Amino acid sequence: MRELAGIAAFALAAALLPAFVTSGFALNLAIMVLYSTLLGQAWNLLAGFGGQYSFGHALFFGTGAYAAAALQVHLGWNAWLALPAAVACGAASGVLVGALSFRYGLRGSYFALVTLAFAEVFRILANSVAFTGGGVGLLLPLEESAAAMQFAGKPGFLYLILALVLAGFLLCWWLKRSRFGAWLAAVRDNEESAAALGVDVFRVKLAAIAMSAALMAAGGVFYVQYFHYIDPHLAYGPAVSVEALLGPIVGGLGTVFGPLLGAAVLQALGELTRNLAGDVPGASLVAYGVALVAMVMFLPRGVAGLLARRGA
Amino acid sequence: MLDPQIVFAALLNGLTQGAVYALVALGLTLIYGVLHIINFAHGALLMAALYGVFFLNARFGVDPYAALPVMVPAMFALGYGLQRFVIGRARHGRDENVLLVTLGLAIVLENAALAAFKSDTRTIETAYTFSTVNVAGAMIAVPKAVAFLGAVAAAALMLLLVSRTDLGRAIRAVAKEPQGARLVGIDVEHVFAVSFGIGLACLGAAACFLLPAYYVNPQVGNGFVLIAITIVVLGGMGSFAGALAGGLIVGVIESLGGLWLGESLGQIGIFLAFIGILLFRPQGLFGASVGKSGRA
Amino acid sequence: MLELRSLSVRFGGVQALADVSLSVASGGIAALIGPNGAGKSTLFGVVSGFLAPDSGTVRFLGEDVTGLAPHRLCRSGLARTFQIVQPFASQTVRENIAVGAHLARASRREALAHAESVAERVGLAPQLDKLAAALTVAGRKRLELARALATGPRLLLLDEVLAGLNPQELAAMLPVVRGIRDAGVTVLMVEHVMQAVMNLADRVLVLNEGRLIADGTPAQIAEDGRVIEAYLGRRAAEAAHA
Repeated sequence: MRELAGIAAFALAAALLPAFVTSGFALNLAIMVLYSTLLGQAWNLLAGFGGQYSFGHALFFGTGAYAAAALQVHLGWNAWLALPAAVACGAASGVLVGALSFRYGLRGSYFALVTLAFAEVFRILANSVAFTGGGVGLLLPLEESAAAMQFAGKPGFLYLILALVLAGFLLCWWLKRSRFGAWLAAVRDNEESAAALGVDVFRVKLAAIAMSAALMAAGGVFYVQYFHYIDPHLAYGPAVSVEALLGPIVGGLGTVFGPLLGAAVLQALGELTRNLAGDVPGASLVAYGVALVAMVMFLPRGVAGLLARRGA
Repeated sequence: MLDPQIVFAALLNGLTQGAVYALVALGLTLIYGVLHIINFAHGALLMAALYGVFFLNARFGVDPYAALPVMVPAMFALGYGLQRFVIGRARHGRDENVLLVTLGLAIVLENAALAAFKSDTRTIETAYTFSTVNVAGAMIAVPKAVAFLGAVAAAALMLLLVSRTDLGRAIRAVAKEPQGARLVGIDVEHVFAVSFGIGLACLGAAACFLLPAYYVNPQVGNGFVLIAITIVVLGGMGSFAGALAGGLIVGVIESLGGLWLGESLGQIGIFLAFIGILLFRPQGLFGASVGKSGRA
Repeated sequence: MLELRSLSVRFGGVQALADVSLSVASGGIAALIGPNGAGKSTLFGVVSGFLAPDSGTVRFLGEDVTGLAPHRLCRSGLARTFQIVQPFASQTVRENIAVGAHLARASRREALAHAESVAERVGLAPQLDKLAAALTVAGRKRLELARALATGPRLLLLDEVLAGLNPQELAAMLPVVRGIRDAGVTVLMVEHVMQAVMNLADRVLVLNEGRLIADGTPAQIAEDGRVIEAYLGRRAAEAAHA
């Protein structure tokens, strides 16, 4: 119940933000934190709750993003219709990868690598086929209206990403108190034991990767709507996969609030280093990388570990 | 049907490229075999080595091949220091930490290069850049032929080092049983750092052989990481002979794939082969069979 | 209840099980014994679905279940424990047992409640909120038993649940196993602790080098020359019969 109250308090605070903050910069920062949280939640669901570490979550992100963009650009779909369709496509790509790798019992770094390779295959394909626009990518026609999911101001986008993040939170909360969640935790801790206790390990992992991929695809749809553009590198490149795993690892793996905490810390770190380093290209990311390394060296249990120690 | 002559030339080209891949992968597989970590900064470190070779040439007029005695020890020292003072200390017994640290290092290196050298792509020109040799009727660029021979020689040297020397014995002992090695008095932290150093020394050598026929920019390493990981898996994680053979195979797949599918789609062959190997033969093409195992 | 016909399993050059046929009737405790490497664990692996036999069939409750996946066997009423205990280390005892209880209960609340009642049956009630990783060896053995029991099995395969216990812990465990039998669950156990086998089992099966070499009451088995030979070598067998 405490977690549910926490989620509600967070939702309220985020929803009230536009009433007090009007600066575009601050709202954009809040949106990026939430967006990063969503990607982190997706990865955390599979890795933190299910013990399956993926290095290729960009695969699901890109599939969602391209599905949303292509449905609107080529078939003239409304964005609100494209959203569930794209999420379904993302989930389907998750089921495809999951069915192949879990059927053959891939675990640990082998699973991580196969997801990485799938993301690369899709990146190369997206570069080469026509309906993704090849290397040029797809540009969403500009149509500034809530009906087209292209809001005139930041608050609209804030509410959209907040709704998606809330869905992610409720999913994690449900995992903590459902039979499926218990099965998933059992699979994470010991597959053999789980199977001996009647858990269908394969189907549990498949369902988990489908949910994770669906959240990730929703992140891809949001990206397309917010930035109006997607290309193979943005969609399937390793940067998205890294963003998805960084937050939860920093904020606390397998926890409900870890992805949010990690996203907030990393975005703040990014802003800080951007301000300190000024305009030299790359300089801010150098500082970011140094801070990341230092954080791991001196805060081995993540920021969540630090908070837990202080709280205790 | 393609002209057999063209296919043959593509095959040779693939082998030369594959030898350099193998050298890069050899470093990665050594690090994996001994420390059981995947070094995600491997590509970025190769990029750093390429810049090293580039500036030795541009500032001091050092021929890339003559840079070998500088680059190999320099990269070794860098690797030793990184493992001893950064990666080793950040591990805290959790593999996720290694992932984060090597990713962080990659971010630092790539962006430091971007800040210092801009995103320009640079190449060097040597007297032999455009000369070719005739191999059974196919024209091969001299730098590529040298790269092939150099990479094979370096790989052989590494195999000798690990199989014939006391240091090699210590490395193998630590790879197999770090706790046991500690008990018999081996300085495990030192061996970890030496292994990481040798892994990077491979990159130093690879950079010297690569640059005359290649280019350098801050992102150049990215393409190599995935390919090197592919090779390591293909050859069986931790296997030297496997990495060498895997490198050659990947070079050939890439070259022939490019011939039939075109430059951009050609690389897909590598990753499809990679996925296939992971699914059907995860111990690698050359690893020992894991034998009968339970269904779990 | 359980019927094995001509089971054979090879690992490379080793014949782990050679043409083993046996059946276990409903009710009671049967013990499977034999020296190390006799094929006991392989037999358990095949029966519980973790290993596929090279030939032969496994029938459970009259159905052919050969090669069925472990979770499906568990759902049809056949549960097992592992010799090397494999708790869900990051979870509490209650959560561990609840995983088994969920087999027949979708509701989280009911599963947790059932976990509590199972914990009482095996004497784990005081440790319900402890992390599984924090249990002693004896505690983990009980947890292993409790989880399997929570699935509500008809047949329970116990793989060395008594190994590694000290005499007091052993004495405390015997009534727990008897209690399971008395509740109507058929038990087939692999066990090395002979005293416990003689004490608990009403039937003993002996495997040696992959073959079933004896089958009888504990008293009959104690007299069987082939069993003594398998355990102690020929010389001892001759001495015993002299």
